[in-house]
Order: sequence, then C-alpha cells, then structure tokens
Amino acid sequence: MIEFKMPSLGADMDEGKLLEWKVKPGDKVKRGDLVAVVETPKAAVDIEIWQDGVVQELITKPGETIPVGAVMARLAAAGEAPAAAPAPAPAPAPARHPVSPAARKHARELGVDVEKLPGSGPHGAVTVEDVERAAKAAPPKKEAAPPSDKTLAMRKAIAAAMSRSKREIPHYYLSQTVPMQRAQDWLTTYNEKRPVTERLLMGALQLKAVALALKGFPDLNGFWKDDAFQPAQGIHIGVAISLRQGGLIAPAIHDVAELGLDELMKALADLVRRARAGSLRSSEMSDPTITVTNLGDQGVDEVFAIIFPPQVAIVGFGRVAPRPWAEDGMIGAVPAVVASLAGDHRASDGHRGARFLAAVAALLQEPENL
Amino acid sequence: MDAEEIGKVVLAELKRIAPELEDVAPAKPLRDQVDLDSMDWLNFLVALNERLKIEIPEADYRKLGTLEQIVDYLSAKAR
Repeated sequence: MIEFKMPSLGADMDEGKLLEWKVKPGDKVKRGDLVAVVETPKAAVDIEIWQDGVVQELITKPGETIPVGAVMARLAAAGEAPAAAPAPAPAPAPARHPVSPAARKHARELGVDVEKLPGSGPHGAVTVEDVERAAKAAPPKKEAAPPSDKTLAMRKAIAAAMSRSKREIPHYYLSQTVPMQRAQDWLTTYNEKRPVTERLLMGALQLKAVALALKGFPDLNGFWKDDAFQPAQGIHIGVAISLRQGGLIAPAIHDVAELGLDELMKALADLVRRARAGSLRSSEMSDPTITVTNLGDQGVDEVFAIIFPPQVAIVGFGRVAPRPWAEDGMIGAVPAVVASLAGDHRASDGHRGARFLAAVAALLQEPENL
Repeated sequence: MDAEEIGKVVLAELKRIAPELEDVAPAKPLRDQVDLDSMDWLNFLVALNERLKIEIPEADYRKLGTLEQIVDYLSAKAR
C-alpha cells in the first residue's frame, strides 16, 4: 500500500489546501502523473505522484487544508492486489466550491476571486464564462486595492522563509565583475538570423554557466539539513520569478547542465509563463538545489541575495552595462555584469565561493561552449 | 491593416502581458511606464509576430522605445 502525502513544496510551506483531485478510486497512475491541485501560500500547484499504482482511497476532501506529510490518499502499489473491500469514495465535501482549472487560471489573470463567484457549470462549477462575466461586472480599479488574502499569504510565506534564512544561515557574500563582450557578440550573431520565437536571452547563458560551474563545486549545490550538508543528486536551478500581483516564486529547471541552450531557453520561457499563470508542478517547487536571481532588467548593478533554505547558495546577476575595464595596460569601456554569490558558511567557505564565481566568469568568456 | 488597427493590436498584447496597465503615453519610453523584463519583452514581440506576421530583427529593438515608435515601425513594415 502506498500512502500519498501532502508534499513539502518549499521551506515556506507548512500546510496546503487541496483544491481538486485529478484522479478517482480505481484509476491507474504512473510515475510523474498529475494527481491533484494544491494551493500553497504562493501558488496553486499541480501535484505529481512518484510511484505507479492504483488509487484506492481519497482521504482528503477538496477544500480541506492539511499539514505537510499528512496522508491524502492510499494507493495499491503496481502488482499489489487491491484491498478486499475498497473504501468508498469520499462524499463530496459540502464546503467545496468547484472551479475548473482553466477558470482558476483565467481568474488569476483577471484578478477575480473565484471563491466568491457563483458557478453556472456542472454541479455549480465556476467556468471561464463566469469569470469573464465577473471581470466585466467589476467596477474599474482606479484606486490601489487593499492587498488580497493571497497577497498577504504570499508575503507571509516569504517573510517566514527569509527570516529563517537570516536567523539560521551565516551568509557570506562575494561578487565579481565579469566582462560580457564575447557573450554579447556571440548572442547577437546567434540571434541575428533567428525568428523571434527562437532567440536566446542572456539569462539563459548565465543559467547554463552557473550550472556547468556547479559541476566542480558540489558543496554549493545541495541542502543544509540535520546539522550537515547534503549534496544534491542533480543540478536543478531555482529561477527567481517576480509575479505581477506581487511577491516572487523560484521554481526549478531540472538538470540545467545537461540542457542545450535552445532547450534551456524554451524551459525558461515555459517556466516563467506557467509561474505567472499559476500552473507549476510540485517537482518544480520542491526540487531546486540552488537559486539564481537576475535583477539586471530592473537596472541594479549588483544583487545581495538571501539564500532560500535549506539550499546553501544563491547566485545573483545585475545588469549588463558598459563599465571601465583594463586590458593590456589600456582602459576601455566594455559591457560587463556583476555576478554575486551568497553562500552558507556552514556548508562552504569564501575561498570555494570565489573559485566558483571565477569559474562562472570563465565559462561566460566561451559562450560557444555553453 | 492600418496604423490605428496595428495600434490596437499592440496595446492589446501589451495589456495581456501587463494586465495592470491602464493608460500608456504614446511618446514616453515604454519601459518607464510598464514593468517589462527581458522575457516579457520577448513574449510581447513573439505575440506581435504571431498576430501581425511581421518579423522584428533583434537589431531593431532600439527603434522600439515608445508605443508610438512601435506602431510606426510595424506600420511601415506592414506596407
């Protein structure tokens, strides 16, 4: 028998609210299938299952909030005989307010609170049309609206994680100015003949350089748990993405070092789109082994980031801008970026962090090899 | 498609990416008025490309600083 539990989708999550089941008793599921949608303080997340089996019993009812680790459902493992008398499917929860996933996404985009909407779909489900009707009926916003419950929950989650980080993690900070002429020239040539749908952003090159550099610095890629460093199995980079309604989220792109630049760019674009539309997967929320934050578009020179626990490092990039640079005894202006690292001093030392930043800088000088 | 229709498409795609956007001053730098990062900008250009079937080379990005410039640029290309 498999117990399917409420997963932890980050250090800032203590509990989750089940929004809907995507499976019912009797359904066969396989590793990687989406089985439920759970609301966390930061987003509604599609929850994957990591074992093959047959759903026996759905314990948690939609609308219920349960702690991380609580059993949500029971499944018969592949090859295991189903229980003699399968438990009956739970009665529909009276408190449930059914909302189609498309309507939920659309509501988020339009700023409509679906929980308060009457539904015209089957069993009173809120549909996309209901959301659009509500959005049109709502008076135009001229004054700044007070923060919604979701915004407050998001701030609370960020506050909890960042306070824990600053309380528990002895951060050290390092930065290095990295000349970007070669990377910029290479990118210009690469994008020159490509349609807009196939162009790369500098952010993709920076992510790949970080991932490749991490191969030589496993002490920066992993977690501090139970008073010890636990290296991660893969290099799954959490990408800090700001959300239009406020706050941020840092879901993972998996195995970044193994992706080609085109694949990585597609994965990045897809991740940003889904993060902002509210359709992330549980593995993307739970798997980051390090985070990269890029605030260059906002014009800052340098980022002094805070580590997202239990990770042990975060890399920041500022804007690529012309800066004075000395080479062969001559001073000129070259495009450059300040790359920074915040490291957990329990897991690594500044010496290692400095060598890591030097490795990132070196990789960005050979963009053709990324 | 004339400049007015192109302007409507541009504004609609901009608001799809930045739903909080209310009014845009056509002659003021767009990025001073809208919080657009590189990914937003790329998605905006991809959407314009899909709607208008006009290719915008990366070298021309610098010509697209304001809403007015974007509409003028696309109108010229649409002719």
